[in-house]
Amino acid sequence: MMDTTPNLTLVVVIAVLTAGGVYLLLERSLSRIVLGIILLGNAVNLMILVAGGAAGSPPIVGLSDRPMSDPLAQAMILTAIVITLGLTAFLLAMSYRSWQLNRHDEVQDDVEDRRIARLAAQDHPSVSGADTDENMDLDSEAAETHDETDEGTEGRKEVRP
Amino acid sequence: MLALLVVHLVAALAAPALIGKMGRRGFYVLALAPASAAVWALAWGPRVADGTVPTEELTWIGDLGLDLAFRLDTLSWFMTVIVGGVGALVLAYCASYFSKDAQGLGRFGAVFVAFAGAMLGLVTADDLIALFVFWELTTVTSYLLIGHYSDRKTSRRAAMEAIVVTTAGGLAMLVGLVLLGVEAGTWRLSELIANPPEASTLVVTAVVLVLVGALTKSALIPFHFWLPAAMAAPTPVSAYLHAAAMVKAGVYLVARFAPAFSDLAAWRWVVLVAGAGTLLLGGYRALRQHDLKLVLAFGTVSQLGLLILLVGYGTRATALAGLAMLGAHAMFKASLFLVVGVVDAATGTRDLRRLSGVGRELPWTAAAGALAVASMIGLPPLAGYVAKEAALASLMHAEDSTGTLVLVVVGIGSVLTVAYGLRFWWGAFSTKPAVLAPEAITTNDGAATATPITAAVPGVEPATVRHPSGLLTVPAGLLALLGLVLALWPATGDRILGPHAATYPVGAPGHLTLWDGFLGAAITAAILGLGATLFAVRDRVERAQAAVAHTVSVDRAYRRGMRRLDDVATDVTAAVQRGSLPVYLGLILTVFIVAVGSLLLTSTTLPTQVRAYDNLAQVALGAAVVIATVLVARSRRRLKGAILLGVVGYAVAGLFLLQGAPDLALTQVLVETITVFVLVLVMRRLSPYFSVRPLAASRWLRLAIAVGVGLVVGGVALVAPAARVAEPVSTGFAEAAYEGGGGKNIVNVTLVDIRAWDTVGEISVLLVAATGVASLVFVSRRTGRIFRTKDAAADRAVWGGADDPHASLRGPLHDENAGAATARNQEWLRAVRTLAPRRRSVVFEVVARLLFHTMIVYSLYLMFSGHNSPGGGFAAGLVTGIALVVRYLAGGRYELGEAAPVQPGTVLGAGLFVAAGTGVAAMFFGASVFTSAILEVTLPVLGHVKLVTSLFFDVGVYLVVVGLMLDILRTLGAELDRRAESGEDPQFEQVGAAR
Repeated sequence: MMDTTPNLTLVVVIAVLTAGGVYLLLERSLSRIVLGIILLGNAVNLMILVAGGAAGSPPIVGLSDRPMSDPLAQAMILTAIVITLGLTAFLLAMSYRSWQLNRHDEVQDDVEDRRIARLAAQDHPSVSGADTDENMDLDSEAAETHDETDEGTEGRKEVRP
Repeated sequence: MLALLVVHLVAALAAPALIGKMGRRGFYVLALAPASAAVWALAWGPRVADGTVPTEELTWIGDLGLDLAFRLDTLSWFMTVIVGGVGALVLAYCASYFSKDAQGLGRFGAVFVAFAGAMLGLVTADDLIALFVFWELTTVTSYLLIGHYSDRKTSRRAAMEAIVVTTAGGLAMLVGLVLLGVEAGTWRLSELIANPPEASTLVVTAVVLVLVGALTKSALIPFHFWLPAAMAAPTPVSAYLHAAAMVKAGVYLVARFAPAFSDLAAWRWVVLVAGAGTLLLGGYRALRQHDLKLVLAFGTVSQLGLLILLVGYGTRATALAGLAMLGAHAMFKASLFLVVGVVDAATGTRDLRRLSGVGRELPWTAAAGALAVASMIGLPPLAGYVAKEAALASLMHAEDSTGTLVLVVVGIGSVLTVAYGLRFWWGAFSTKPAVLAPEAITTNDGAATATPITAAVPGVEPATVRHPSGLLTVPAGLLALLGLVLALWPATGDRILGPHAATYPVGAPGHLTLWDGFLGAAITAAILGLGATLFAVRDRVERAQAAVAHTVSVDRAYRRGMRRLDDVATDVTAAVQRGSLPVYLGLILTVFIVAVGSLLLTSTTLPTQVRAYDNLAQVALGAAVVIATVLVARSRRRLKGAILLGVVGYAVAGLFLLQGAPDLALTQVLVETITVFVLVLVMRRLSPYFSVRPLAASRWLRLAIAVGVGLVVGGVALVAPAARVAEPVSTGFAEAAYEGGGGKNIVNVTLVDIRAWDTVGEISVLLVAATGVASLVFVSRRTGRIFRTKDAAADRAVWGGADDPHASLRGPLHDENAGAATARNQEWLRAVRTLAPRRRSVVFEVVARLLFHTMIVYSLYLMFSGHNSPGGGFAAGLVTGIALVVRYLAGGRYELGEAAPVQPGTVLGAGLFVAAGTGVAAMFFGASVFTSAILEVTLPVLGHVKLVTSLFFDVGVYLVVVGLMLDILRTLGAELDRRAESGEDPQFEQVGAAR
């Protein structure tokens, strides 16, 4: 069975990396958020590694007689590292685009959400449909309803069917 | 029956094209669909009357026991004839009713036929779920029909109201049907009715829920309000949906379930209260309407109450009367709506206060209307009379007091019917001494007034009567006439409808007859007399009704309810959906702290022993990570943050190495290098400092959340290793990698072979990310052009920037006349002449020149050897990427174009193709996807070569990573350079001052 004794140093490193990552993640500046995500990525990668068991020899067949570290965890982390790079590039491109449009890379509050909040504060209906219109009455509605009917002919007596 | 449904479907799909081509005459063709249903049913008529029950079924979702089962018993047969017959007549009516250039006729025809098909399915379905599906299809199509004039607010509102009410009922019904189906153990309607489950609270609840569905569909109180509002629909729709077909669905459902459940007390109460209440309320409200369609609409509400009351009452005789009334009502009410359509088309108004002398101008229409009204008020010898006689007779023979009470209610309801029936005909066709002027019936802002017609003064011209096509009167006349003809042979009705009435459990069988003794005749005479009197004093009735204020209006309550719902929705949205990313993330993370944290505290045990550290190097690296992390979080300069982040990354790579993961360490070092490079590429365009957050208070909150999450994650890391109880999946990986995958590096073999599917997913993500980066920068294109040296302008000065004070010093010392041809050979890199002189560094150029090819060779080595030692496609791709970065940094974007004159998209696509192709190729050899083959050959020079096919997969991975790197360099590098030099990008502004 594998050695599952946790390593305190790594646990502390993971905790600090996570805390730093989250702190930056909660910022509004996209560049800081990117930094936060990279820190978080490192933390999570280390955690997967730690969860894979204690340190061992590299998982290469025939290299050593000592117990190997878990290769599955490493395979997962390897792709995670590269994907973090892709994500970083994407977020940075967003950050650049935001700067191009707004001259800064701050994540703004959603405009539509703010509009809804304003409506709520004023107790206005959010849709301007007639469903919520209390002031309509049946007779008036009926009076304005007419079909696009055939005009018929004026003057002559009704044609026998 | 399936074939008929297909006919309807085809007709509906073809309708837009048909009407587009043939114009409104296309309605005649469409009418063939419902007509075929009616003709088919009529052909089956004699056999169905003799007890034959044709069935059809088609397995729909076999695993769930759902079938498209259809069954044509007496009730279904009767409904099919009504739905098909009236549908065909109304469609024929449409052909001359709408003007030639009316809007949206194609869609109208399509939805109308679709509705007819759904209705047909509904009345013949024998599967509970199929029944529900058709039920909802009628709801949806009726929504579209009511809202036909989608540009009118009134139409949209009426349609919305109808769909909200009927769908709510439909959902209640679905719950009821499912409960009944589960309780009875069958989804067949016929089996459920034949063997109803024992009455229990569950069954009673289910039955009441089904009844709620029926009540909403048939517009019984308290759901009746949608039907008058639905008069915003075109008149043919009102004639079909709101008189003959859809509203009858509820009646059908009650008639269908009554034989099995009418003995339940809950059933009786619901049916009696809702039926009787609706009967009286509808009749009462019809007496003061001025719009002819509204008179009919409230009349319909009233009649639907009567129908539900009769078919749901539970005895055989009343059931028979109810079915007869169902048929009679379909004929006279559809006819009356069609008549209103004629009047509306002829005069342009439906307000009875504006109409006078219409009967003289349109005698045939008036005659059809008279015949239909006569049937409605129960004059002999018409269908309505026969049905009402049967109803009264059946109730007179009832022994209990409920029967007498219902008799009284039906009597009063009939009196009201006589009164509003006469009022309708008088209003539409009579020649009145005086009418109101148009200004008197509507105010300037379009609201209708309640001015009674008694206020009219002689001299006002009534609405002019034009003469619509004579064809318009034919359907109405036919339906009215049918009410007379069928009533002359009541025994036939007896024979046809009797079998369904006989399935009711109690009571003596009833009979349809024209003469039911003196008592019946006396009651009928009394009803007619009282009704006529009520009509005679119509002005007083109207005034009295106007005086009684509308205290309870369900309609108003509904709208108010919708308004409150909207308010609540807005409030909830405003409270929950703050639109602020930090708030959302903060909430999510707080939940994480609380949920995972409490789990950690309560249900885990701390490990009995821990190791402080493995070796001192680990402690040193750990300390470096901790310090650098804190500094990153505190940094105000962007560049400082980026560089410190690099420190964190390299230290983590060291930790990987110590943990026994050389592959990870290698990849991490490479990625970290590139990350720092990319960060710098973008950050050079942004202001050097992060903006200063004005709210210092929120920083403490962020810090608290960050520390909380850090502690929880640390806790998880502490207990996670020991929490593993199962044998690791990777136990057998070493053997599998070597034997099956042909490689010693287990991590690499895992990536390219054992878990190749995962890797395909991951490189797809990379491809998407790369494409996303390119899209964000190029915005409207996938890629930009490749910068080649030969395209560069002679005076191109890449990275020129501000004025160069030392420009004169940088020029060539001598040999001003050296030609361009020789100049190329004097440079270490091809494109360095495109650089601004001050940006050049000869040392870097030499190093780049020497390093580039070495790095490419090294990357290929990593790729090929990755199967047995650290390396592989990911690392190789990153090394190639760094080689490109070196070229770019040394020679600018033209140098990058020279180094890699390909589009990144091509490289990415090729990579994914190769990777996926490797997997697919295995299938051609009869193996499953991503099976590796090991080829061992001995070559002359190279010696023994062992080639594993998963190498090609790794090549694909390599290409994708190179493509990503190229995309980054081409966009965030080259393109940003170009924009900065051409002045397309604005200069940064300082958002918030630096500290």
